[in-house]
Amino acid sequence: MTTVPRSQPTSRAGRTVSDRHRARNIVLTVITYLIVLAFLFPLAWMILNAFKTEAQAFATPPVFFFTPIWDNFQRALPSYLPALANSLVAAVGSTLLAFILGLPAAFALAVYPTRRAQGVLTWMLSTKFMPAVGVIVPIFLLFRNLGLLDTRLGLILMYTTMNLPLVVWMMHSYMSEIPFAIYEAAKVDGASVSQEFFRIALPLSMPGVAATALLALIFAWNEVFFALNLTSADAAPLSVFIGEFKTSQGLFWAQLSAAATLVVLPVLVFGWIAQRQLVRGLSFGAVK
Amino acid sequence: MTTVQSLPTTATRVPPAPKRGSRLTPAALIWPAMLYLILTTQVPFFMTVYYSFFRYNLVDPASRPFIGLANYQTLLTDPQNLRILLNTVVLAGGTLILTLIIGAALALLLNRQFLGRTVLRTLLISSFLVMPLVTAVIWKNMLLSPTSGFFAWVAQSLGLAPVDWLGQFPMFSVIVMITWEWTPFAALILLTGLQSLPDDQIEAARLDGASPWQEFQHIVLPHWTQAIQVVVLMETVALLQVYGEIYGSTSGGPGIATTNLPYFIYQKAFAEYNIGLASAAGVLTVILTNILAVYLLRLIGRTTAHHRGG
Repeated sequence: MTTVPRSQPTSRAGRTVSDRHRARNIVLTVITYLIVLAFLFPLAWMILNAFKTEAQAFATPPVFFFTPIWDNFQRALPSYLPALANSLVAAVGSTLLAFILGLPAAFALAVYPTRRAQGVLTWMLSTKFMPAVGVIVPIFLLFRNLGLLDTRLGLILMYTTMNLPLVVWMMHSYMSEIPFAIYEAAKVDGASVSQEFFRIALPLSMPGVAATALLALIFAWNEVFFALNLTSADAAPLSVFIGEFKTSQGLFWAQLSAAATLVVLPVLVFGWIAQRQLVRGLSFGAVK
Repeated sequence: MTTVQSLPTTATRVPPAPKRGSRLTPAALIWPAMLYLILTTQVPFFMTVYYSFFRYNLVDPASRPFIGLANYQTLLTDPQNLRILLNTVVLAGGTLILTLIIGAALALLLNRQFLGRTVLRTLLISSFLVMPLVTAVIWKNMLLSPTSGFFAWVAQSLGLAPVDWLGQFPMFSVIVMITWEWTPFAALILLTGLQSLPDDQIEAARLDGASPWQEFQHIVLPHWTQAIQVVVLMETVALLQVYGEIYGSTSGGPGIATTNLPYFIYQKAFAEYNIGLASAAGVLTVILTNILAVYLLRLIGRTTAHHRGG
């Protein structure tokens, strides 16, 4: 279960037990490797296909050894770049807006905890119980009347809704960890609420800001439902760009793989770097 | 959603000159976020509820007769629609169970010291980070395709006939695909839960001569409750909303074999412009999500309480 000791210094049974332990450990390690590799295979296969010719990508039996080419990436770029711009604007814009709205709330809930604070927090989380399909119809009609359909602003507004509870919860969790004595000392020195926020809470929770921002960016980047239903051409982000390959019925596997790799790679790299913080964010700080 | 009534109503009434000369009150800091969420989730939801009582089609928006619960009646009596309801639950439930089992196994395996553990742990999250639509098109084309897909080749090399996975076993294939996406989430949350388990508890159990199974049942499992709750809650909410994976792989087919509520609502609202029926289905999805989330949490609480007692 937990850390099985490599050697057992005072074991009565001596070598035989520790040998059996070691053998069992090696088998378990091999199994672990195999399972994780199996999980990585679809991605590895996709990335590999991105460097093949169309004929090689489509071949049966599959081609494992080949001379890598870059043509697929070049061909994907012209339609990739505008979608990338839309995705970046929507993701960064919504993350900023969620922080502008969410940071003060998280601060107030953490530093001035009232009886209502827990209720407010729970209510914010419960907005996550609201499936996008429960609001999409009025949002669509409203956006149509306000001219927000197929605009970056429209996407930013919806992604902010998606990420705001996350920002409040995670930042509340980080700000609650700042020792209360620091705030009290500041209050004694006559610090105002905004000074407490800008001089203490914000600087001391910067690691939390980074982790939360990363998670919000990833969620907005990967969002599909609002993207497909609220944008069509002008503001179409990367999810819509990939969705268009659906209609090509898999005739251009190599090019599809290159496009998909371009879409997925930034998120993968960021996610790998921040894996530990992601877990905390994904569980809303409930499991640390 | 339900606690709107208990909002701090002081915010608007407190005069803007509180203690210590600062004009910012805690409530004033909380209100912008609350207001934003109310405007973008509660208000649209009540509008969805309102629309669901009308026969409302965007093709003929002028005639919008009130028809009461007729949309709900259609949803809950038409056998086709009941199938969609069932699909939604099967898809979410099947994936939840698979991700919990595989995720728990992976968490236990990764919670040991071995070479490359940190790297494996880091790489494991990959499939969760992949955009759902990418998952769908990659699996559909390169893995599950009966002609040139990788799995077809594996089957052939084993001397078996290639399987048309999405045609013959559509729901199973979609569940496998989404399990691939969500297992890392379960594994990493459960692993974090395991790592907070104090070593001395395990050691004490071993000294008392507990078998690995007893150790798991009486120490690991009760300690895991919170992590399991998080996984169940987050996945239930997310899996009932699965959309991109279905849009990109099966388009709800063949027939309606893989149509779930979100995909159904998309079809009704954006292909048939049937706002009334789509709204009723939206309300139903919200109700289903809340019931299942609360019920599952209660269930886990009870099961583990029993374990703790025994």
